[in-house]
Amino acid sequence: MSQKVLLNAKEVNIILHRLACQLIEKHNDFSKTVLIGLQPRGVFLANRIAKILREDYKVKNIQLGHLDITFFRDDFRRGEKTLEANKTQINFLVEDKNVVFIDDVLYTGRSIRAALTAIQSFGRPNEIELLTLIDRRFSRHLPIQPNYRGRQVDVINNEKVKVNWKEHDNEDSVYLIEK
Amino acid sequence: MSELSVNHLLGIKYLNKQDIQLIFETADHFKEVINRPIKKVPSLRDITIANLFFENSTRTKLSFELAEKRLSADVLNFSSSQSSVKKGETLIDTVNNILSMKVDMVVMRHPNPGAGVFLSKHVKASIINAGDGAHEHPTQALLDSYSIREKLGGVAGKKVVIVGDILHSRVALSNIFALQLQGAQVMVCGPKTLLPKYINTLGVKVETNLIKALNWCDVANMLRVQNERMDISYFPSTREYTQQFGVNKELLDSLNKEITIMHPGPINRGVEITSDVADSKQSIILDQVQNGVAIRMAVIYLLASKIKQ
Repeated sequence: MSQKVLLNAKEVNIILHRLACQLIEKHNDFSKTVLIGLQPRGVFLANRIAKILREDYKVKNIQLGHLDITFFRDDFRRGEKTLEANKTQINFLVEDKNVVFIDDVLYTGRSIRAALTAIQSFGRPNEIELLTLIDRRFSRHLPIQPNYRGRQVDVINNEKVKVNWKEHDNEDSVYLIEK
Repeated sequence: MSELSVNHLLGIKYLNKQDIQLIFETADHFKEVINRPIKKVPSLRDITIANLFFENSTRTKLSFELAEKRLSADVLNFSSSQSSVKKGETLIDTVNNILSMKVDMVVMRHPNPGAGVFLSKHVKASIINAGDGAHEHPTQALLDSYSIREKLGGVAGKKVVIVGDILHSRVALSNIFALQLQGAQVMVCGPKTLLPKYINTLGVKVETNLIKALNWCDVANMLRVQNERMDISYFPSTREYTQQFGVNKELLDSLNKEITIMHPGPINRGVEITSDVADSKQSIILDQVQNGVAIRMAVIYLLASKIKQ
């Protein structure tokens, strides 16, 4: 198994700030916007983006939730293992809100499809956008594209993109791992 | 571990501690789901479940049906009073006919102990025992333990007394197994005539004085007197039973501590507990009912994940 660095900590930081600025350009004061990190690992990216918006750009109205899509996935009973759920934490309604889904890697698009169904349990959003740190081009199973992307990469199927976060994996980095 | 060690839920005695832990953790997630504005998830949309009730039931049947529907399963309902069982059809024939309709899972209540185990050996569907005679009622025991865990923060080390008709109760037996597996201390309390002869072999404390039992415990699980299962007279009168084994507000107030009151339902108000106890803050009876749906969703979800396509 070999691995190479796609992004180091400095590059990740620059990208996070750029993504935060793009969100401000579109959503202005965030009074009608909610950020939803997708469990499990989109949550780290969502928390980080929300922190940058609050602390570096002084945006006050950030509403941040965590959405687990386990029970909405289309591969239940197809894999070897039972799908393990994570915690959903959405303490607000998304009715008429502009929702931004945040996930670390966009691959087949199936997680996002599940998230589109799952979010309907919390109301009918005005619109839904997708922000992703890594967009794996040419691997989509569904017609889903991000509105905000950190880095687009071309990765073949037997390679994996692994995003590490300082708060969980001790460093900010993105690796390309050959399985 | 993310998988049950069993393919059927026939009784608590077939489960291990990790299974119970997994069911509780999964139920935590479903509890969050059933408190959403839209309470349904699509996980089991390709699964068909038959609810076979060969014996009367209200809350268990409704609870299972709701759990199945909230997981988006297709549901078939059957009750023996309106079926070909009355015409002499055997259990295996009845179930096999239903399974021919491509049913993946069977939830069965049956008056005979061991009916679930028997069925699991003869049919190719996942079986959930929803009560077999006076034997086991595993989902009730799971939701009882889950409710204790929710109220008191854990089950291990807690003292639980099961009061009443132990002899005829499947809830008591499953509860004893489930509580002991999780490290709780269990006592049974009731008239000697309603305590089974084998009770000492189960490793539980036995008490016939209710006040002593209540002073010992953290939780009192009050069982219903099952008149329909009593072919002889086990105590002189309902009034005398209530005087000796009924819990009222005065009795609870006389204790030096606050204990948690449970009841699997249906309650005979004024017999096992009075209304002011059933509706008090110490009672978690309605929490048990709500937790029942989450627990049954978890059990169905975990067993369904083992049915491969």
